Amino acid sequence: MSQYKLEVNNIEKSFPGVKALDNINFAVRPATVHVLCGENGAGKSTLMKIINGVYHQDKGEIKIDGEIVDIRNPIQAREHGISMIFQELNFVPEMSVEESLILGKWPKNKINRIDWKAIRENAINLLESEGLSYNPQQQVKELSVSDCQMLEILKAVSNNSSIIIMDEPTSAISNKEVESLFEKIAELKAKGVAIIYISHKMDEIFRIADDITILRDGMVVDSKPVEELTIEKVINLMVGREFDSSNYPKEQLAIGDIKLDVKNFTKAGLFKDINFHVKAGEIVGFAGLMGAGRTEVMRALFALDPYDEGEVYLSDKKVELKTVEASIKNKLVMLSEDRRRFGIIPVRDVKENTTLSSLKKIFYKGFLHSKEEVDSVNDMCLKMNVKTPTISTAIEALSGGNQQKVVLAKWMLSDPEVLILDEPTRGIDVGAKFEIYKLMTDLAKDGRAQIMVSSELPELIGMCDRIYVMAEGKIQGELERKDFSQENIMRYATGIK
Amino acid sequence: MENKSRNIRQSWSSLSKKYSIFMVLVVLFIIFSFVNENFFSPRNLSNVSRQISVTTILAFGETILIICGMLDLSAGSVLALSGVLSVASYHATNSMIVAFAVAIAVAVGCNFINGLMVTKFKTPPFIATLAMQAMARGGALLFTNGQNIYQLGDYVKVGQGSIGFLPTPVIFLVITLIFTWYILKNTAFGRSLYAIGGNEEAAVASGINVNRNKMVAFLINGVFVGIAGVLFMSRVNAGLPNGAINFEFTALTSSVIGGTSFSGGIGTAGGTVIGAFIVGFLNNIMNLQNVNSYLQQVVRGAIIALAVIYDIWSKNRRTKSHVGNINEKTKNNDKNSKKKETSDSLDNKI
Repeated sequence: MSQYKLEVNNIEKSFPGVKALDNINFAVRPATVHVLCGENGAGKSTLMKIINGVYHQDKGEIKIDGEIVDIRNPIQAREHGISMIFQELNFVPEMSVEESLILGKWPKNKINRIDWKAIRENAINLLESEGLSYNPQQQVKELSVSDCQMLEILKAVSNNSSIIIMDEPTSAISNKEVESLFEKIAELKAKGVAIIYISHKMDEIFRIADDITILRDGMVVDSKPVEELTIEKVINLMVGREFDSSNYPKEQLAIGDIKLDVKNFTKAGLFKDINFHVKAGEIVGFAGLMGAGRTEVMRALFALDPYDEGEVYLSDKKVELKTVEASIKNKLVMLSEDRRRFGIIPVRDVKENTTLSSLKKIFYKGFLHSKEEVDSVNDMCLKMNVKTPTISTAIEALSGGNQQKVVLAKWMLSDPEVLILDEPTRGIDVGAKFEIYKLMTDLAKDGRAQIMVSSELPELIGMCDRIYVMAEGKIQGELERKDFSQENIMRYATGIK
Repeated sequence: MENKSRNIRQSWSSLSKKYSIFMVLVVLFIIFSFVNENFFSPRNLSNVSRQISVTTILAFGETILIICGMLDLSAGSVLALSGVLSVASYHATNSMIVAFAVAIAVAVGCNFINGLMVTKFKTPPFIATLAMQAMARGGALLFTNGQNIYQLGDYVKVGQGSIGFLPTPVIFLVITLIFTWYILKNTAFGRSLYAIGGNEEAAVASGINVNRNKMVAFLINGVFVGIAGVLFMSRVNAGLPNGAINFEFTALTSSVIGGTSFSGGIGTAGGTVIGAFIVGFLNNIMNLQNVNSYLQQVVRGAIIALAVIYDIWSKNRRTKSHVGNINEKTKNNDKNSKKKETSDSLDNKI
């Protein structure tokens, strides 16, 4: 009998163009909580999906109780005693509690019909044995997030799972609910269940972890019992990525007056009391881990989503932006993090994608002024260094980096004073990234104010003049350029005061 | 160097794509002329063009709607309702102006309701216009008590008359063609329609008022349906509450054969006219050859299926041919989301 419940040896996984996991080794002891932490994109989710059978590794082996297993799908994972509780809970909202508990393995009665009586009894027994007081007939949609989580755990227990994976289980529940979750975890531990717990909340991690494994860029940087680690050490290990200032064409520029001032910006459940400002010629960063609420704030600011409260001032003038149209008119624009969804019209050409937000400039006096459109698009594409066969090529034929430059060109054509750039370099190659940075520097020289939301800390440190760090829907800290360091940012982002 | 050759290939493919549908029309025309000697007679061609005019005008409306990701299944019924009301008002007033005004007002009203259902209550266009199809047809039958209205007097001149050698309906066809071309090509509204159909979320995030544009698209469709209503009733010389059944399908077929993509964001006025003529000539030659009318229906259905299959096939091919110059990672994303998009948009519509 092996001393480990689960062992992962030399796991490798590549997706086209990226190596997601490289030579991963870690082992989980029975009856312990093993915390997995790392920045966005470190490879935590990919690794868990491999263990749960959603993906299959390219190389390496997984051992359960010392024996090699080959897991091809989540059903096989369940047969091996592995259950995963996802961040987004996947219940069918219209189903009852009892149905959800046995989903996919309905018991049959003598005449081969679903045996509802057995299901009811089963559910009542299970709920009783776990000391939970749900009504088995209640619909899942009436339950709270933490109740659903409990239900998932219950389901895992009913499957006799000996390994339970929890992906950021506390991201959507209240403090009190966190306590009852931790009690449940302690119970499971006492029963000998091994728990893999993904989180980046440091206080939480150090409360419940027995062992901690830190991932960075698809590699295990360290794996130790909690006694041998401190919060400082974990943060240093998470962010230890190389920082090379020559990758960033940053110039120290004169900074002007306040262009955008946001006060007490609030949307219940998403973000609260957001206060910040951006000055002319300044690039202000927004750092934070996934789910910190950065994109939500920016979308509401740009009038893509509604907000509850707050005041927005553009160049000292109070504005109420109700539509995106109004935002653009007031010279505030936003480059979305999801280019394919919110950025481009794939089937239309580069030209039409570029002029989409400035239609009044080319359609006037009753006609399209084709020459003006072509000239301005050619101009802008030259300035942005867009590589495209012709401006009449469908934008979907371009590379990600060039598509992004076209989207930026679209916004530049509307001559904005404040630009929100949400993950402007996501999914584009290194060369194109550098070009985007250069464009940002040029925009700053023009005296435009820029907000850069990014999950890549080196990029923020390289390009920004100031950085706000968000966590759990609030701004946790503000850093001046002289205080920039990956550790400082990560400290705020993981909720350490 | 590489850029240049790609450039040439690109322009060649877009050129051949642009004119291939026109070549199909020409080839069919020549073949049909040999198949049946009556096909090429002035009498037959003038007849066909009168018939085609009504559905082509409907097809312009459908094209505008499909481009922005919608469609109208109520066109035939609304045509009948506005047609019979127009005939009745002509009976009462003897004024062609009133007759036109009533037809257009009724059809625009019905499409206003369509637009409201889609923009305000977020009903899928398919369902909204299907409901209107039943309501408008029922309305037409209610109003006429199921009886045809005869003795239209000078009303017939619009549908059966000519100005010079041009049949009057063809003049209306040309006017609506020019109008459709103009708004699609020369207005910010038209440009917005392509953006909405191509990617509605991105259109919103680019500052386009999606609801207003969708509503205007329906209202323009209403004007076309109203005009078609007058032309149809006057051509058949009766107010038929049961007339123009399934005309929306002929219109949709014309539009799709003319290159309008059911996935949205693609389509032109010129393509639609050509598509309408292809469909019209096919129907005409089947009639001239005495093809069984039930079989004709089968053929018409098959043509819709083929046109949509071709649309999806060419879209997939287009995506694949781009793969070469996209880096590996995006390539995969593109393909997946593209596939998803195609199936999504079909789900939405059908």
